[in-house]
Amino acid sequence: MPDRNGAHILLEALKAEGVDTVFGVPGGAVIPLLDAFYDDEDLRFILMRHEQGAGHAADGYARASGKVGVCLATSGPGATNLVTALATANFDSVPMVAITGQVKTHLIGNDAFQEADITGIVRPCTKHTYLVRDVTRLGEYLRAAFHIARTGRPGPVLVDIPVDVAVAKTGAPLPDGVDIPGYKPVYKGNRRQIKRAAQAINAAERPLLYVGGGVVISEASDLLHEVAVKGNIPVTTTLMALGAFPEDHPLSLKMLGMHGTAYANYAVQEADLLIAVGARFDDRITGDVTNFAPNATILHIDIDPASISKNIRVDIPVVGDASDVLAGLLSLMEHRDRKVWLEQIQAWKTEYPLAYKGDGLKPQYVVEQICEASRGEAIVCTEVGQNQMWAAQWYTHTRPRHFISSGGLGTMGYGFPAAIGAQVGRPDAIVVDVAGDGSIQMNIQELAPAVHEKIPVKVCILNNGYLGMVRQWQELFYDRRYSATRLLGNPDFVAVAEAYGASGVRVTRPEEVRPALDRAFADREVWVLDFAIEPEENVFPMVPAGEAIDRMIGGMA
Amino acid sequence: MRHVISAIVENKPGVLAHIAGLFAGRGFNIDSLAVGETEDPMRSRMTVVARGDDAVLEQIRKQLGKIIDVIKVVDFSGADTVERDLMLIKVAASPDRRGEVFEIVEVFRGKVVDIGPKHLTLEVSGPEKKIEAFIDLVKPYGVKELVRTGRIALARGA
Repeated sequence: MPDRNGAHILLEALKAEGVDTVFGVPGGAVIPLLDAFYDDEDLRFILMRHEQGAGHAADGYARASGKVGVCLATSGPGATNLVTALATANFDSVPMVAITGQVKTHLIGNDAFQEADITGIVRPCTKHTYLVRDVTRLGEYLRAAFHIARTGRPGPVLVDIPVDVAVAKTGAPLPDGVDIPGYKPVYKGNRRQIKRAAQAINAAERPLLYVGGGVVISEASDLLHEVAVKGNIPVTTTLMALGAFPEDHPLSLKMLGMHGTAYANYAVQEADLLIAVGARFDDRITGDVTNFAPNATILHIDIDPASISKNIRVDIPVVGDASDVLAGLLSLMEHRDRKVWLEQIQAWKTEYPLAYKGDGLKPQYVVEQICEASRGEAIVCTEVGQNQMWAAQWYTHTRPRHFISSGGLGTMGYGFPAAIGAQVGRPDAIVVDVAGDGSIQMNIQELAPAVHEKIPVKVCILNNGYLGMVRQWQELFYDRRYSATRLLGNPDFVAVAEAYGASGVRVTRPEEVRPALDRAFADREVWVLDFAIEPEENVFPMVPAGEAIDRMIGGMA
Repeated sequence: MRHVISAIVENKPGVLAHIAGLFAGRGFNIDSLAVGETEDPMRSRMTVVARGDDAVLEQIRKQLGKIIDVIKVVDFSGADTVERDLMLIKVAASPDRRGEVFEIVEVFRGKVVDIGPKHLTLEVSGPEKKIEAFIDLVKPYGVKELVRTGRIALARGA
């Protein structure tokens, strides 16, 4: 192996791992790394305008494509700006590798210019970190970073590379594989436990599949479909799993939890067997844990043993990959028609459908139209808050990896850069960011790379002039005292779009919605659609925080 | 309920901080934490005495196991183990009362490791109860300073 420097090893490792795009922002400590990109034809470097945007773009790329997303930032402030993106990816189990520059090794710990102990800072919100002090280990650490990021319960891994390591030379070859003694994820479910689980399913009269993001990560949607149909088991999904089971299927109960459907929440409370697959019983799902699924035996399938019995005592745990365990279950399951249970569920669906009322420009209507105009085929990214919940409720999600949202951390400002990343990962798809007027302003600067790099995402702002979800809580629980939620001073978003070279349109009436969407979706340019929605529209149904999930308020016809 | 949890970890910078951070971040209570190199210089053993109900202890074990640099986690509770604390204790003992202190040290099979005109430094090791009993007995002579390692433990047998 001829001598090459750390920067060239980085490029070699990225290519060996199948990386085609890096999202990043330069700075002093990464100049040698970026120099290696200068005459490389195979790797695309997308210059974002803020490191948080770079991190979320890598995350959106990973969620849409299933591949590892890669971002790059300089030392100090560049690295600390990545923290929110790393925490977002960590919470939602997104495979990502973040490369950061670091000050020279002899200056580490010296409070050098643009120094931050980034491995120390991000340790609690990443899957793993490496600080590379020796160029001969760089290849090994990069290989390990990708391996850890994409296997087991995926997550972000940060590799911190000091400037002197980036320029130091070595002949050490890139290792073919890695062996990490403390990291051996279990994919194969225990056969005895799978048998126990199958027996419980066969014996259940009112089983319910509660499906989380693990099914998407494991690419287990088809198997899930087979399991549901064979056993006539209804399916409800978390926000992270929207699209893992088609919502136009009669067995779909759509989303459960705080803003889930009434029929999904009622089904949880009445079920005699809850089959959790790749989900983690988050508090937005369970509400009051002591009154969650009170009549059910709990069966939990998850690749992360620490997720089992963390919030809810599990009766039948199965540690393993969703695909492996579902395949095992399928072979042991018997056909059941479960007529009484399905009739009960149908009655709830008829009696308590999702609903909204009134004239004017309704956000729910806008989301329905986004779905129709894209024939339900768009990749829908969201920001966080009301826009996110309306997108979850009113779009008919039928495909995995087509709903991309910050579920666990709930990061405003996520959706737009994530949409940029998703579009890079899936160039032919229609990619939409369902945004609020608050969230979009948290990373609006990324219009620049979207326009310049011709990444034709469609930003649909549900503009109500408020930080809407907080305003909704203030309306319902704080006597309409709208403290610090009115967004006075919003810009003209169409003018902002045009200033960046994107196209923009403002929509104020229902009949203008579809033509505007059709025009934007047919066009291969960046669009900002500013929908002036009803300012005080609420997301219903809603389970007040800490209540049992069948104690919903509002929104039912 | 107190548990003694033993973790074999990679012997490298940041691992101790990671584990300490995990306990702090997730609100787990620990009474002591002892760290040292093992027979393999690439690995260290961390012995943690933690408190909580069964569900909390299960989470502690699982969360420790998730850390990439943690190779193995064992909960010694209920297992047949040898457990020791080591203590160095500086007692104010004037020459005329030293004889009494020496007797106590002998009964506890401790050692005198330093001696001066106004103090004795003693070394005692053993299970926690023995250490505490020793402290109680020498307290009347005046304890100037003491330091304890925290629990270390190994399973009995091969």
